Amino acid sequence: MYWELELIIFVFLILSAIVALEVKDLLVAVVMMTIFSFLVALLFVAMGAIDVGFTEAVIGAGVTGILFVVVVYQTSRKSND
Amino acid sequence: MRSKFDSPIVLLGSRLLAPYIMLFGWYVIIHGHYSPGGGFQGGALLAASVLLIRISGGRVISRLQIQEFATTPLAIVGVVLYFGTGLVAMIMGGNFLDYAYLPIPGMEADWLRYTGMLIIEVGIGLAVMAILIMIYDNMVKGEDHA
Repeated sequence: MYWELELIIFVFLILSAIVALEVKDLLVAVVMMTIFSFLVALLFVAMGAIDVGFTEAVIGAGVTGILFVVVVYQTSRKSND
Repeated sequence: MRSKFDSPIVLLGSRLLAPYIMLFGWYVIIHGHYSPGGGFQGGALLAASVLLIRISGGRVISRLQIQEFATTPLAIVGVVLYFGTGLVAMIMGGNFLDYAYLPIPGMEADWLRYTGMLIIEVGIGLAVMAILIMIYDNMVKGEDHA
C-alpha cells in the first residue's frame, strides 16, 4: 500500500548502513546506527507491526545510542602499552 | 560528559525535554492494555529520560534525580510486585497470574483483571527502568565524564 514510502526508506536505510560501516570516526558511526534503527522502526510501523516498531524506536534509537556513546568515550584509538 | 564539552545549552535542552519523555513513559505504561506499548516500552522510556539528564549533566546534577544506590531496590520492588501479584492469585485458589482471584473486595472479575494487569505493568516498568540505569552507572564506573 505504501510502496513508494517504503522504497524511499529502504534507500536511506542502505545509505546509512554503508556510511556507518565505512566512516573513520566512531561517533559518526554511532549516530548513523541510531538513524538506521529509527528507519527500521518506521519500516516496522509501515508493515503493520506497531508494537515491534515502538520497541525498536525506544531501545535501538534511544538507550543503545547512549550506551554506545559511553563506550566510545571510554576507549581510545591507539593502545596505551 | 561535562569535562568533554561543558555546554549549558545542551543541559538546558535536556532539562526541557526530559519531563515530557517521562510523562509519555507513564502514559505508555498505564494505557498498555488497549494500545501499543506496555511495561517494557514504558520502562525504557522512563530510563531514557533519566539517562538523558545523566549524560548531559554529569554526576553532580544527576545525583539530585535518582542516586546510584537506589537502582537496585527499585528493581527488587518491581520484581516483587510482579511475582507477588502472581503468587497471591495462586494462594487464593487460581493459577499463577490468574487476576480474577485477587483478594480486592468489592470488584467484579473484569475490573479485577484490569487492575491486576495494571499492577503487573507498573512492576515491569520499574524493573526495566532501574536495570537500564544500573547498566549505565556500572559502565561509567563512577567517573565524571562518560
